[in-house]
Amino acid sequence: MVRLERSLWQAPWMQTAAGLVSLMAFLPVGFIVWVAWQTGWEVSASLIFRPRVGELLWNTVLLLFFAVPASMVLAVALAWLTERSDLPCARIWAWLCVAPLAVPAFVHSYAWVTLIPGFEGPFAGVLISVLAYFPFLYLPVAAMLRRLDPALEDAAASLGFSSRRIFLRVVLPQLRLALCGGALLVGLHLLAEYGLYVFVRYDTFTTAIVDQFQSTFNGPAATMLAGVLVACCLGLLAIEAAARGNGRYSRVGSGAPRNATRVRLGRLTIPCLLLMALTAILSLGVPLLTIGRWLLIGGSAIWHIHAIGLALAQTIVLAVLGGLLTTMMAIPMGWLSNRAPGKLQRALEGTNYIVGSLPGVVVALALVTITVRVALPLYQTMTTILLAYALMFLPRALVSLRASIAQAPVELEHAAASLGRSPARALWATTIRLAAPGAAAGMAMSSLGIMNELPATQMLAPNGTRTLAMGFWALSGELDYAAAAPYALVMVLISLPFTWLLHAQSKRMAGR
Amino acid sequence: MSFLELKNVKRRYGAVAALDGIDLEVTAGSRTAIVGPSGCGKTTLLRLIAGFEAPDEGVVAMDGWALADGKASVPAYRRGIGVVMQDGALFPHLTVAENIGFGLSRKDPGRGNVIINLAHTIGLDNEILSRRPHQLSGGQQQRVALARAMAMKPKLMLLDEPFSALDTGLRGTMRKAVEQLLEAARITTILVTHDQAEALSFADQVAVMRNGKFLQVGKPRDLYMKPTDRMVAQFLGDTIVFSASIADGFAQTPLGRLPVDVAGTRENVRLMLRPEQVTLQPALQGNSPETASGKILGMISDVEFAGATSTVAVKLLNYQNASGCEAPLVLKGPGIEARSIGDLVQILVRGTAHVFE
Repeated sequence: MVRLERSLWQAPWMQTAAGLVSLMAFLPVGFIVWVAWQTGWEVSASLIFRPRVGELLWNTVLLLFFAVPASMVLAVALAWLTERSDLPCARIWAWLCVAPLAVPAFVHSYAWVTLIPGFEGPFAGVLISVLAYFPFLYLPVAAMLRRLDPALEDAAASLGFSSRRIFLRVVLPQLRLALCGGALLVGLHLLAEYGLYVFVRYDTFTTAIVDQFQSTFNGPAATMLAGVLVACCLGLLAIEAAARGNGRYSRVGSGAPRNATRVRLGRLTIPCLLLMALTAILSLGVPLLTIGRWLLIGGSAIWHIHAIGLALAQTIVLAVLGGLLTTMMAIPMGWLSNRAPGKLQRALEGTNYIVGSLPGVVVALALVTITVRVALPLYQTMTTILLAYALMFLPRALVSLRASIAQAPVELEHAAASLGRSPARALWATTIRLAAPGAAAGMAMSSLGIMNELPATQMLAPNGTRTLAMGFWALSGELDYAAAAPYALVMVLISLPFTWLLHAQSKRMAGR
Repeated sequence: MSFLELKNVKRRYGAVAALDGIDLEVTAGSRTAIVGPSGCGKTTLLRLIAGFEAPDEGVVAMDGWALADGKASVPAYRRGIGVVMQDGALFPHLTVAENIGFGLSRKDPGRGNVIINLAHTIGLDNEILSRRPHQLSGGQQQRVALARAMAMKPKLMLLDEPFSALDTGLRGTMRKAVEQLLEAARITTILVTHDQAEALSFADQVAVMRNGKFLQVGKPRDLYMKPTDRMVAQFLGDTIVFSASIADGFAQTPLGRLPVDVAGTRENVRLMLRPEQVTLQPALQGNSPETASGKILGMISDVEFAGATSTVAVKLLNYQNASGCEAPLVLKGPGIEARSIGDLVQILVRGTAHVFE
């Protein structure tokens, strides 16, 4: 019979959950402040202001200063060629521009170092960084180029602009958001990267923190280095926010844009193809060639099927569970930012964003110290490592989830309710159904990150855990490069489908 | 006896009172339109009736059952009230047939037939049933949304500006079609709109809303011809307003001695005419204002031709008293009446003038 009941919708469940997630996300930063305060100002200062830190800072700045702009130039050139020129086989080249993401950065570096012994130092660091990370810039720039309204370029041409000036004055400014976002992503990855720089013997804060941790466990020295690293990340965020500006770049007016016309390359076709081929050879050819060569040298002796199978199984379990947890933790935030946007939601999202940009090694260091000092039973357990993954990869899951919840306006839930579905069933039939693909994509992205994660896994995983990345690392650390090759191959093979997914997703986002 | 009843319904959002004491009675099988400018609270009212939100205070009752009493409220999914939203809100992941059948039980063997019959009723072909919402035109989407809501056999249907997203030409046709469908199915209907012409032509009962309150509720003709205040009068159409004194059912106005709709003698009241009550007739150029005693003459001071209609401004000639009618009269007439600036016209008034209480 008809019964009056108080609406459950008003209860702030989602707000509470999102608040809790954000509080957890604050653990790493809170931990650094806490250690600094406990250590006392003088000791902290002496640990921060010393020549070693200056050296690391110089290395970091040098790396960012060369690798990020180089990646930007390369990405814009490749994206323009694949999206806006009549380059032959553009679709294949586009895929080859994304594929390097399937090769973990430390595998890139392993390939170069074992191919050219003695390939070390700043130049090697910058080159491999660019090759491993430029797809993070290529993806958003290519998506943006595809989405640009050619009517704007026509308008500029009718105002007497040459094609070169149109590119500089009309196209490039519209790429600003994509370039800023991509450059930030690359910059943060460079700060967080560990394995790549160990191979080429280039010290950064992350490698120094891991060294420090391995020699003195969790002394304040490591924590203070982490503090400087966090400051670098915040600096990057601030630079990006300033560079992004607050201009409006969306299309004015209605109607679907026409498809852009492609520019004829003419005599430049051959040089452009050479640039494409060179990039593909350096970023894909070298790793694949090296892995192949080591596999040949090793022969069947290096295929320890049992060990590799175990590592694969462990990796998959960690990746799936971690991806699931990450996505679940992202749901309250994703829901809030669509259904109840406001000051609270913006503040929470801001914290998650900042914390998500912290390197894994900082998160790991924080969780090691906290579990050892406060909750010892949790030290080196599944709970802790999964929590660390969730904190690190929350923004990845959130981005996909938010976009897909936006595809499901609340009116649909209301329509379902007016057609007799109870709130839970209405939610299931509309919002969840519509958001599921996005949530799955977010989960896949988090899982991919977890699979190739190295420093945090090493510091936090339960005893006896040996993921593919850890196995690879241990073997190559013993200079048994041939035995490491199967691990590298398996990692590349599992990562490939995810990379394909990422490529398809960026295309679809720009598609309509 | 009323089918739907709202008593002193209030709803606040922070400091803003979206609904500030709404009373409404709707008889079974009737059509009610709630009309008001955007932001007046009409959509909030609809959402309260549908059950998407609960009121802060007040009672909503349907068929003798309380749907909401203060914050306690029957949730939307148990109300059995059909809703058609502004943009249709079709489920993008389902086909047209699945959208229409969304509210029907999957176990019902007659489900397929019901869907086909509904599609026919709303004038859609079978082949459209397997399409997805994004492949339909705006008008088709609204028809599907209506069919989806009708599949539930609701006793009450709520329409939230369902025609506003459509082209002008399509809007009228759709409105008529929906009206006939709901009439045939004997479904009580409430339409929310900001378009007064739509409200007046669609409904048996119109409620004019502003700042969370009903200014006036009544039959369309009464509301249009006998509005209680100027706000209602002006919202529903153009007005000619002047002040005058009335005696014995007549008022002395700039447009002559006019019958009014109240008896008695009163000083200085506000009178309203609708411009379409005023007609113009050509007056001979030779007639000077003095010789045409008894006739009200005017001179065309501006003409704006717009095809079917033409708008003219008329300056009154033989009425010098500035009692609220100094500005020229602005009248719409058929476009075929070619008038030019400077023409002399005689002004005739049909019907009675309305006195604001």
